[in-house]
Amino acid sequence: MTAATADLSAFLRKAPDGRPSLDLLVKGARCAGCISKIERNVAGLPGVEAARLNLTSGRLNVLWGLGTAAPGAVVEKLESLGYEAAPFSPDTAQAAQDADGRRLAIALGVAGFGTGNAMMFTVPVWAGLFGQELGDGTRTLMYWLSAAVAAPCTLFAGQVFFRSAVASLRRGRANMDVPISIGVLLTLGVSFYETARGGPHAYFDAAISLVFLLLIGRYLDHRLRAKAQTAARDLAMMQAPIAMRLGADGAEAATPLVEIRPGDRIAVAPGQRIPVDARVEEGVSDVDMALVTGETLPQSVAAGAFLPAGALNLDARLVMRAEAAAEDSTVAEIGRLIEAGAQSKSRYVRLADKAAALYIPLVHSAAAMTFIGWMVMGLGVREALLRAAAVLIVTCPCALGLAVPAVQITACGRLFRRGVLVKSGAALERLAEVDHVVFDKTGVLTEGAVRMIDGDLAQAARAAPLARASRHPLSRSLAQAVGLGPAVAAREVAGQGVEGEIDGRKARLGRAAFVGIEGAAAETELWFAVEGEAPVRFRFEDTLRPDARATIAALEAMGIEVEILSGDTTGAVARAAEGAGVAHWRAGLTPQGKVAALKALADRGRCTLMVGDGLNDAAALSAAHVSFAPGSASDISLNAADLVFLGEQLAVIPEAIALARKARRRVQENFAFSALYNLVAAPAAMFGLVTPLVAAIAMSGSSLAVTLNALRLARGKGRPA
Amino acid sequence: MTILLILAPLSMLLAGLGLVAFFWTFKAGQYDDPMGDAERILLDHLDAGPDDPV
Repeated sequence: MTAATADLSAFLRKAPDGRPSLDLLVKGARCAGCISKIERNVAGLPGVEAARLNLTSGRLNVLWGLGTAAPGAVVEKLESLGYEAAPFSPDTAQAAQDADGRRLAIALGVAGFGTGNAMMFTVPVWAGLFGQELGDGTRTLMYWLSAAVAAPCTLFAGQVFFRSAVASLRRGRANMDVPISIGVLLTLGVSFYETARGGPHAYFDAAISLVFLLLIGRYLDHRLRAKAQTAARDLAMMQAPIAMRLGADGAEAATPLVEIRPGDRIAVAPGQRIPVDARVEEGVSDVDMALVTGETLPQSVAAGAFLPAGALNLDARLVMRAEAAAEDSTVAEIGRLIEAGAQSKSRYVRLADKAAALYIPLVHSAAAMTFIGWMVMGLGVREALLRAAAVLIVTCPCALGLAVPAVQITACGRLFRRGVLVKSGAALERLAEVDHVVFDKTGVLTEGAVRMIDGDLAQAARAAPLARASRHPLSRSLAQAVGLGPAVAAREVAGQGVEGEIDGRKARLGRAAFVGIEGAAAETELWFAVEGEAPVRFRFEDTLRPDARATIAALEAMGIEVEILSGDTTGAVARAAEGAGVAHWRAGLTPQGKVAALKALADRGRCTLMVGDGLNDAAALSAAHVSFAPGSASDISLNAADLVFLGEQLAVIPEAIALARKARRRVQENFAFSALYNLVAAPAAMFGLVTPLVAAIAMSGSSLAVTLNALRLARGKGRPA
Repeated sequence: MTILLILAPLSMLLAGLGLVAFFWTFKAGQYDDPMGDAERILLDHLDAGPDDPV
């Protein structure tokens, strides 16, 4: 981000006492040294009262004294120290505080406390079963003590389930939390009744440990989603959604993107993205449309040219007039397509919910049958209700509640270490089903940066001093091909090329027209001309990622079909497809075209994984069965994608699919185990064989078995990246 | 068995203290930055505690 010198006052927050403060996301801080360096340097800036870095979230809070704050100086300081920084806008700063996570963690703490301490009083009862030394009076006392701990804890920690159950019943549906809530409350009620009349069967410890074990599953699930979402949001923030608005006096002010209105004059420095759809008023430059259309070749623009949001300004500062607000820009059209895709995705039924749909009616009818059955057999309301409650307790889906989250958190943790963020457990489930992979070309199969493929190296070495003086990607790549060396004083003609002196003669490096060649070629090329010599041509191509071919081969070995859908020109796509060894490819596709192609695949019953990075891929990412984006993708694609890989390696894609398939197998094993367990436990409970001790052992035993099975996924060759 | 009358309330009291301590650690922000806290013990200058500035 090049907002260092800009005015960031829009991002300031006021502390309650009126002192301004700013939250910044800082990338790259890793250790105590970084904390010390950052905090000391930022706190040393004039006016700064305090600076504190949260290493876990990468968030730096800066507090100024009353009066003027200089947020730009902080960003500048951080950049000079070598850390990238982006400001949190006040509302994202609020959203970043994880209220749900706190509530779950507190509930989990209370339930854990309750479980341990309720057990403390029920263990003597279980011991008494064998030693026969415990009198009825003492047993009842123990139950009362156990109730004193377990009942309030259960009611407090169980609210997570009660609320969700009530909400789902209001919508006329029953989710997994309904039998959990009924089971827990019925257990507590029956236990109180049993204790009050001095009976032997009270299940206070079972009620609280049920809540505890289920909360572990919920907490893991939440952590998984929160971690991945934060990481994705941070990535998007690094492409900060701010624009430089020009005031009437011509001064630049950094403005949150949402505040830009049509008619505003905005300045776009080289290296920045066009923030909203806008028309050029001043300046001549080249723009890179790779993220918008997938085209690798930069286009030159001048006053009057219309540019869609997301295009990257390469050469020179442009002054533009906004033609649409951010929410009406080209991006918004894509946003609507994304929403449509997300809706179709929300119809996907997760494995756990499929299991619950089968499970809930079964358990409820079993419990009802038990109650009615024993009533008919003349056992009395008390005994019949006790046995019905026992059915609900032992079948209550502890193992089922842990079966999926335990596996998914383990799998996602392993993927995270390999640099892959999984945004939700459902994404992992869908990834396991993939049988068709669609790649975008630019920035995905290729590095998104050009490399010289054709040209005389001796001539290139002569041209290099000129190339080094230019910021244009083609020039940079030429300079890179030659290696380090001196630059010459050169004049950059925006949108044309550079001009300078080589060996005492005038020389030019740039477009064909710049050196006097007529007829622009479609290829990505650079011409070099020295006064009195014939111009020479260098051709460039977007390089394939080094592991593209191996990745495609690995995917095909897994029985997955591979295809390229690109917005780039036919020639460029054909070369990339040949290089990567992909037989099926289509070029020149619009965003809508990509979505249509994916729909066609879905209609054929294929489960498609889309890998893409550009604005033009965002809708397709959302329409695909599951989607992957590289960390360098446009923020809209990062949001639309289900998974994000941070490194440069494509090889993580087949790895992730393999791991997802393995995870699905573990989930299925866990479900099979839970079913088997219920097949034994439910009839036992129906016939009144389940005592409080048996219930406690069965419940924790089955949960442990399921968790250990999930942890098997953590082993293997998942080395940290 | 009368020892229970002392030990049971005592154990509840101790357990309750544990719970209160848990709530306190939560409120004091001890889980906000586990990575940072682990690294900060290596720093010589003992600067601001975990709760200031917010």
